[in-house]
Amino acid sequence: MSVLTISGSPHVHDHQNVRSIMSGVVVAMLPAIFVSIYFFGIDSARVIFISVASCLLFEWLIQKYMLKGPVTITDGSALVTGVLLAFNVPSNIPSLIIVIGALVSIGIAKMTFGGLGKNPFNPALIGRVFLLISFPVQMTTWPIPKPLFSASLTDAITGSTTLGMVKEGVMAGKSMDEIMASTAFPGYLNDFIGAQGGSLGEISAIALLLGAIYLFIRKIITWHIPVAYLGSAFIFSGILYLVDPQTYLNPVMSILAGGMLLGVFFMATDMVTTPMSAKGQILFGLGAGILTITIRNWGAYPEGVSFAILIMNAFTPLINRGFKPKRFGSVPLKSTVKATQKI
Amino acid sequence: MKTFKIGGVHPEEHKLTANKPITQIPLPAQVSIPLSQSLGAPSKLIVEKGAQVKTGQLIAQGESFISANVHSSVSGKIVRIEEVTDASGYRKPAVIIEVEGDEWEESIDRSPNVVTEIALTKDEIIARIKSHGVVGLGGATFPTHVKLMVPPDKKAELLIINGVECEPYLTADHRVMLEKGEEVVTGVRILMKALGVDKAAIGIENNKPDAIAHLQKLSANYPGISVVPLKMKYPQGGEKQLIKAVTGKEVPSGKLPADTGCVVNNIGTALAVYEAVQKNKPLIDRVVTVTGESLTNPSNFMVRIGTSVDYLINQAGGLPTDTGKVISGGPMMGKALTTIDSPVVKGTSGILLMSEKKSRRVVVQNCIRCARCISVCPMGLQPVFLAQYSEHQMFEEAEKANIMDCMECGSCQFTCPAGRPLLDYVRLGKNTVGTIIRNRVKK
Amino acid sequence: MNTTILYAILTLSLLGVFSAVILYFIAQKFKVIEDPRVDIITGLLPGANCGGCGYAGCHALAETIVKTEDISNHKCPVGGNDTMKQIAKALGLEAKETEPQIAVVRCNGSRVNAPSKILYNGAASCTIAHSLSAGETGCPYGCLGEGDCVKVCLFDAIYMDHEAALPRVIEDKCVACGACVTACPRSIIQLRNKGVKGRRVYVSCINKEKRGTARKNCNVPCIGCGKCVKECPFDAITLQDNLAYIDFNKCKLCRKCVTVCPTGAILEVNFPPRKEKSDSTETIASAETV
Repeated sequence: MSVLTISGSPHVHDHQNVRSIMSGVVVAMLPAIFVSIYFFGIDSARVIFISVASCLLFEWLIQKYMLKGPVTITDGSALVTGVLLAFNVPSNIPSLIIVIGALVSIGIAKMTFGGLGKNPFNPALIGRVFLLISFPVQMTTWPIPKPLFSASLTDAITGSTTLGMVKEGVMAGKSMDEIMASTAFPGYLNDFIGAQGGSLGEISAIALLLGAIYLFIRKIITWHIPVAYLGSAFIFSGILYLVDPQTYLNPVMSILAGGMLLGVFFMATDMVTTPMSAKGQILFGLGAGILTITIRNWGAYPEGVSFAILIMNAFTPLINRGFKPKRFGSVPLKSTVKATQKI
Repeated sequence: MKTFKIGGVHPEEHKLTANKPITQIPLPAQVSIPLSQSLGAPSKLIVEKGAQVKTGQLIAQGESFISANVHSSVSGKIVRIEEVTDASGYRKPAVIIEVEGDEWEESIDRSPNVVTEIALTKDEIIARIKSHGVVGLGGATFPTHVKLMVPPDKKAELLIINGVECEPYLTADHRVMLEKGEEVVTGVRILMKALGVDKAAIGIENNKPDAIAHLQKLSANYPGISVVPLKMKYPQGGEKQLIKAVTGKEVPSGKLPADTGCVVNNIGTALAVYEAVQKNKPLIDRVVTVTGESLTNPSNFMVRIGTSVDYLINQAGGLPTDTGKVISGGPMMGKALTTIDSPVVKGTSGILLMSEKKSRRVVVQNCIRCARCISVCPMGLQPVFLAQYSEHQMFEEAEKANIMDCMECGSCQFTCPAGRPLLDYVRLGKNTVGTIIRNRVKK
Repeated sequence: MNTTILYAILTLSLLGVFSAVILYFIAQKFKVIEDPRVDIITGLLPGANCGGCGYAGCHALAETIVKTEDISNHKCPVGGNDTMKQIAKALGLEAKETEPQIAVVRCNGSRVNAPSKILYNGAASCTIAHSLSAGETGCPYGCLGEGDCVKVCLFDAIYMDHEAALPRVIEDKCVACGACVTACPRSIIQLRNKGVKGRRVYVSCINKEKRGTARKNCNVPCIGCGKCVKECPFDAITLQDNLAYIDFNKCKLCRKCVTVCPTGAILEVNFPPRKEKSDSTETIASAETV
């Protein structure tokens, strides 16, 4: 026996760690990765690979040479950011643009604030929004989904997303029935399996839902934010649909289309940038859902998930201050006799 | 099944010694009896170096209101009065007795029969408990006679007996319930008489179905005593969590259990009360679980107070070569010993030997704000912020965030994925804020 | 196009003027009347806001000095005598000359002198380590080496020598603000006079245990033998609780105590090396200087 070790209690640990959480998230994203390669081909793999490699490289460079501190790229957070950033861009995006996105995500959105756990905003979304504003054309030129090993659906190379079609159609004065009747419109089934235009990771509802179920089983996410976000988005878009079904997209399609499911399960549940208490998380989800539908219908962009989540990220510190968990013994006792009569 | 509602974790049980009966061990050659074995002020020595003492003889007197008497656990000669390193990591005054035979004080009843009739009055019971040095054996070592003297503005309605033993590895209370059940039930009745209550509830976690069944059978003749099985969850054994699970009421922040009409005592304390009141035997020994995966003979020993941990480890098969840490108590709240020459004291419920590999903490990373610590805190606090406040010397904010409510159970640090030393900093904050509050009251 | 630009310029200019007027009136209404001398004094002070003077920042010290019109009880350790003279001149007062001081670490329990008997694997904080045990060396008065003193220094004047597990004070940078003195849970660090030519003699131990116990854990403890007290020609050394203490105001740096100390607990700093006698078996202890 060598020397005795001492430290304060507790002397055991349940061995959850940051890496196991991050690898759980990556596993949950695998179905979406496979679907994206199936529909968008080798381009998908290229974008994901470059995004992940750039994120890891930039984090390593900044930690080793700029901060001259410990290098923590093996904790898996840069890997997750890399995949999420790739999920948020079209698969035909030039490689250089993705590298710039990675630099913004890791360098600006994460490292300037102090690294893991200190960033107020979701790094992947900051990268995505930066690219959207800086390279609007490349970020909104969507490839047509072409299942592997089968003939192309059309001759065109690029097309629009579901929400893009809705936005254009409404602005052109068409009614919702007309928009949904068009041959280019994907429809419910295609939205569900993923045969629709869109960013790499957002196209397939089923793949994302499978990933979400895995996250729930692993207890990496809880129900509060997803239920609040989807619920408020569904109800708000439902109310609008009931008021004017020709101007407003129906609630089911609203959930399936666009980046809603990707954002709800993978980005709005990011622990670092979202509230810590259950009530706070529900408020966060509510706000994000309402903002998403608002931006979609009355904002300039067809999709509002990124902006909605980033806006709610800004409120997270305030929500954390306002919502505290229920304290043991915070309610004054009424009567002691009653307490003991239950025995 | 009853349980507490807020927080809680599920560490692995490791009850290696649950089926090992309590074993008597030969007396050691020497014992070191510290003068401070309870909460409150250290006791005053009333014997001198060179004196001959008998087993059960009073050797130190409790002087202040919160203090306890200390008795010799062996017969022999006091060879030294010196400082020994105890679980605090510092040297504290202790009486070193060289053991000669085992001559007991004549007034102590050593017969094995269980005396169930309670002859003493309420006041006599409390006086006997006080004179015989009985303290809370759950670990806190609060003098029992003080706990039984409920302040006049509060009224005791229910006695709760803590048979939960939620700490992993420890099985001392379990074996006491199985092997000394009658004595325990009599001890419970004595405590009920001392408090003037007619209802008692024995809380037992449901990983001990044999103990639950046994005590249910033994208490069947006493309608006031009920056995309450509790869901397995750490820290069910915490006083406030136990009251919540059994009665549904929460002790208000800053108040005492007596404010809910409940008084909580440990199973071991109930046994010590029986021995003191019915057998006139002072608190001089207790069951200690000596355990660990690498030990060849993990056991539950009946140990005389003052026996060195080293001696117990030898009785359990000898110190394993891969030992990295020796813990007094359980792995969640126990104290790591700096030397195995430390003595067993009244509050020592177990000795746990941990391998070197398991003794090292996980690497500390940045907080990822996952809020798991908040979800497991049984007191509904926010350990992430309390630790931050303490680390950055923001003690005013820490006090406002109710840091003094923390029961130091360790659930937060146990579960933190970033391996942050949350409880270490919260304890630092509690000590500092406690000093600030005491200085404020003094003014 | 022209009118658009014109309107834009006009609107923004009007907004600017409007805001300026409002801000002016608000500034006047909520003006804090302060003695103008306070700002002057604050300007003379170093602006480190270290709290070494005992006040919450340089401005607070300036306020107190101006209010009481008295600087005799105040001293800015960072600015030193020069700053106090300037302040005195500005207020028409007399400045007291004080000796410059420095933080001194009164423990020499390095890894060589006091080997580790256990391994501390807890949180990296001296205060936390202190609450858990006497420490890796076993000496309950000795340095724990986790660096609470290093963390609080605002002047980068102290660093942890990891090989020895002891903190070292950088002579040129230490301004004796006292932050490390408060941070150390065992009060090992003390402010002492820097001394003539930076030379000082001190007892590098605060152990109050009896000689046998002290020696068990460390090779260079003060064992309270009292030889230094007898030897000192200036009555500068006192003995209490098995520990010697050198009064730096009385010490004349003769170093007789250093020679006579049997354990080498008394250290001399910044002296030129002595010529060693050929038959001398005594070790002259001298501390590392940086």
